[in-house]
Amino acid sequence: MTLLRRHWPWLLAIVILLAFPFLFYDWSKGRHSGFVLTLMSEIGVMAIFALSYNMLMGQAGLLSFGHAVLLGMGAYCAAHVVLLVKAGSFWLPTELVPLAGGLGGLFFGYVFGWLVTKQRATAFAMITMGLGELVSAAALMFMGFFGGEGGIPIDRVMDTSLVGVKYSSPWQVYCLVLVWAFIAAILMRLQTQTPLGSMANATRDNFERAQFVGYDPRMVRLYQFALAGFFAGIAGGLYVLIYEIVTFDTVSAAKSANALLAVYIGGAGGFFGPILGTIVVVLLQSGVSLLSNAWLLYVGVLFIVMVMYAPGGLIGLIFMHMPIWRAGRMRELLLPYARAFPPALLVLLGFVLMVELASFTTIGAAQGKKFSIAGHTIDTTTPMPWVIAIAALVLGGLWLRREARGFRERWDALMEGAKVASAKTSADAKIPLGKAQEAMS
Amino acid sequence: MLQGKWFSALIGIVLGIACGGHALAQGTIKVAYTDPLSGPFAQVGDANLKQMQYIIDYINSKGGALGKKFELVPFDNKSQPSDALIALKSATDQNMPFIMQCSGSNIAAALIDGVNKHNDRNPDNRIIYLNCGAVAPELTNEQCSFWHFRFDLHAGMKAEVMVRALPKETTKVYLINQDYLFGQSVQREVRNYITKLRPDIQIVGDELIPLGKIKDFSPYMTKIKASGAQALLTGNWGPDMNLLIKSGVDAGADLRYYTFYAHLAGGPTAIGAGGDNRVLAVMSFGENVAPEIGNKEAEAFTEGFRQKHKFDFSAAGFRTIFEYLQAAVNKAGSIDPLKIATAMEDLQVKDFLGFDTKMRKEDHQIISEYFVGTFKKGVKYDAEGTGLGWATSATILAKDIDQPNTCKMKRPSAS
Amino acid sequence: MEVFVVSLLNGLVYGMLLFMLASGLTLILSMMGVLNFAHASAYMLGAYFAYTISLYIGFWPALIIAPLLCGLIGAAIEMWGLRRVHRNGHIAELLFTFGLALIIEKVVQMSWGLLPVPYRVPELLDFPLFKVYGTQFPAYRAFMLAISALMFGAIWLGLTRTRIGLVIQAALTHPDMASALGHNVPRIFTLVFAAGTALAGLAGVIGGNYQVTEPAMAFTMGPIVFVVVVFGGLGSLTGCFIASILMGLIQTFAVVFDVSLADLLAKFGFVVTSSTPFAEVLNVTLPRVGALLPFLMLVLILVFRPRGLMGTRDT
Repeated sequence: MTLLRRHWPWLLAIVILLAFPFLFYDWSKGRHSGFVLTLMSEIGVMAIFALSYNMLMGQAGLLSFGHAVLLGMGAYCAAHVVLLVKAGSFWLPTELVPLAGGLGGLFFGYVFGWLVTKQRATAFAMITMGLGELVSAAALMFMGFFGGEGGIPIDRVMDTSLVGVKYSSPWQVYCLVLVWAFIAAILMRLQTQTPLGSMANATRDNFERAQFVGYDPRMVRLYQFALAGFFAGIAGGLYVLIYEIVTFDTVSAAKSANALLAVYIGGAGGFFGPILGTIVVVLLQSGVSLLSNAWLLYVGVLFIVMVMYAPGGLIGLIFMHMPIWRAGRMRELLLPYARAFPPALLVLLGFVLMVELASFTTIGAAQGKKFSIAGHTIDTTTPMPWVIAIAALVLGGLWLRREARGFRERWDALMEGAKVASAKTSADAKIPLGKAQEAMS
Repeated sequence: MLQGKWFSALIGIVLGIACGGHALAQGTIKVAYTDPLSGPFAQVGDANLKQMQYIIDYINSKGGALGKKFELVPFDNKSQPSDALIALKSATDQNMPFIMQCSGSNIAAALIDGVNKHNDRNPDNRIIYLNCGAVAPELTNEQCSFWHFRFDLHAGMKAEVMVRALPKETTKVYLINQDYLFGQSVQREVRNYITKLRPDIQIVGDELIPLGKIKDFSPYMTKIKASGAQALLTGNWGPDMNLLIKSGVDAGADLRYYTFYAHLAGGPTAIGAGGDNRVLAVMSFGENVAPEIGNKEAEAFTEGFRQKHKFDFSAAGFRTIFEYLQAAVNKAGSIDPLKIATAMEDLQVKDFLGFDTKMRKEDHQIISEYFVGTFKKGVKYDAEGTGLGWATSATILAKDIDQPNTCKMKRPSAS
Repeated sequence: MEVFVVSLLNGLVYGMLLFMLASGLTLILSMMGVLNFAHASAYMLGAYFAYTISLYIGFWPALIIAPLLCGLIGAAIEMWGLRRVHRNGHIAELLFTFGLALIIEKVVQMSWGLLPVPYRVPELLDFPLFKVYGTQFPAYRAFMLAISALMFGAIWLGLTRTRIGLVIQAALTHPDMASALGHNVPRIFTLVFAAGTALAGLAGVIGGNYQVTEPAMAFTMGPIVFVVVVFGGLGSLTGCFIASILMGLIQTFAVVFDVSLADLLAKFGFVVTSSTPFAEVLNVTLPRVGALLPFLMLVLILVFRPRGLMGTRDT
């Protein structure tokens, strides 16, 4: 019972994640939506990857530009293991393929870590960038291990399952991804409480003092890096099972950037931040990109808005409400939020309309697409839609500005109240925002 | 506070697509198309999309197939195999019978593999992969698949076309290719056909360069000049080709450049007038072919595109694809992928220039005529407003490039 | 000898182009600590601006106007964007510039199209200047060399002979001290950022027609610039200069030497066959990896000498 009481969020998450794909179940044909399952599996994999990245960035204050190298090497190792199992060289249950990837990641994490963890801060970032470039170039050049441009295709149906599942359908793979994602997340959560996790925090927050404690900060970084490699490798192993192929872009800089973006958008401060960030990043990349070929612009704008207004990430935004929530006064925020919502929506709509109009007239129109909203085709050559877009943007902006002032007053008052209320319990909800950044300098 | 809303809006949007996907009408024959449509390589997908749309409109005006119209559904794969596989999932979710992809043999390999597995595991929901430009020879040899049809000559065939187009006086050639699967196969095949067809030619240099990493090709030019080569043979594309030719022109090298891709979008602009009468491209089509052979109808077709888009029409091969689809669907009398694939085998279609083409049954590789164009002044249709255009200097007929293959095709048992 | 002289010239030209791009980033990175991912985007903007301007009023005005435009944009970015983000830490700044790079790329695609634009060398300079052993040396390359040399001189004079230059130099090595002495550090930041962006823009103006002006040019030029800056060392313009030239020369000469590790081993009587472990790696020839050498050197120098070639402090 205590298990249920203490860990109900985890259990609730499992139930929701298992139920969610059924929203898209095609009852007439009796099959799951492969797109939704693949997307959710991708989110699962990228979430593990982002969490492992946060072991470096959030915990140890190390900014890596080459984390995908560990993901990719794990994936390549897992792919080779699958090939060997298929060829009958040895026996390994399908369920443990991600573990093989993890061990590969651990090995390369240690090898590369030995090189890169000699430095920290910007030097570390730059070494990882150089290493990432080298490995991704090597992946194209050397056919033996990397399979060149074509990568290494595998067949995940190995008939070696421990639980008698064939893994021929995306649903079965999704369940496996879920299991591994939870195992990895729990392990990483526990890792933050080990002496190594604490020392990583210490070297991040105060490098000089951590040295005096008697730990070699280099070793702390190395172990942390290798462990992050282990979890990234697990993600790589799962990646292999989902897509049944591993290609050179698993080690590419773009994948590394994804992890950084997911962690930052979600928030490096809280443990669950990277997971939130991953959901946003994957949905932007695989969801919004289907709708608009200006999606990269939205990504750019989202980052800029985030770094300017919410440096703590999404989780930071949520944590900001904690004192008010504790004081039991969340209800008083409802009205200000409700008032700020319409102008914010207006700004958003105006902006999206503006970008889409611009993108459509310059690129989309020639591709034979039609610009339509809710079934109505809109003629983008007339000034009307432009006027509407600009008006929405400007009016919404001015309105939002006004509401923001009122909102801020309300917010400050509530925070003040919450502070007084919790003066005796002290501010234990304080989160180490921006600590990673400080360590960077 | 904007982020919360961003997020919920996103969820809403994604729910919208996913739900909307099921409710699609069955009125058209959908062809999923996946290529990079955003990011630094967006031009590839953009150029293809424009031309395909034009062709589909034409095919539909000719009645489509089985009384239904074709419809193109684009998916952005950002040059990532994983995103192409997600697009494949979307396509099969919506029961689309075809998925098409042109750019990148890595993505093609992933798609062949993905389509094979999908069709094995879901016999009630199969899909055919139409390859409109990924040319690694492996794809129709070692990796050949019943569900994969390639509508462009593979690198080996293009290499043969290139070697056949080398003039008699040329005795020394230099090879530069990109260091990855495609570039390596071009290197291998060109060497192979030079020894086979032109034993008098000496290969004075043979290099691989890292893909997309070289910013200055002048050192290569120095080397090429020192080697005394008369012709430079390259399978490079994109910046690797543009910069190579540019630096050659700058250095005043007395060379002819035999390329695979100089005629594609962006190439002529980058090369400019300096490439006059020096740059040759192995191509499936050039706009000047039709006036040269006096085919008025074909000329009108390409000119229509030009007028509509102020953009060159280079992809006659795409029209052949849709003509094959039209013929195969009509022949099969259904949009069941298995029946269409079977109907497609050994299908023969006269392409719009009037040449014979054939979809070879053994490996699902199209056998069609191919051209070698020379970039020069004074042609009827210039390229990208440069004043220079592609004059056809050689036409290789389908029967001459019917190369052998090593495909051992696994056909689905009749069910 | 022939190959050597020509390669030397080519290496110099490429190195100087790199230097023009990297010098601005060195200033920005050393002083503000910002890993500016939008720096190569400024290079791209410079090229596109110059293309458009040269369509209307010619190349020579573009040579001045385009960098100025880039500088203005840079100043605006610093004043209304970066300064605000600055208090959120370095990762926030980095992501800010990353987002900016994405936006600039898309805006360029929307304004100038997806295809390369025909930005050409001005006719006045479009002739072979002289011949070295039969290879033409285009006048435009000499012009590039001259411009970048002028620029190096101007920066050097500006930094050592003017008051603001001295302050900047002080802020490069001792940023806290400079602000403690009462200098208006934010204004210096804006100035440095604008100047850095303008330099990148200038590099774009003269590099855009030397290479190809297309939306992917920022994407492909980005990483190498970071390599040069970090290799040269933070806070040292001279280091940056040496690193640029070195990178230019290395990449040029790597192409010339057709050797592999296997050849080297063969000298010591160790013959590599296809069954030797790592035969694939050992058989790679130098030209195949020439373009990767900068990254290898970056990793090595950071491992053994984290302050870079001539850096005044650890990276």
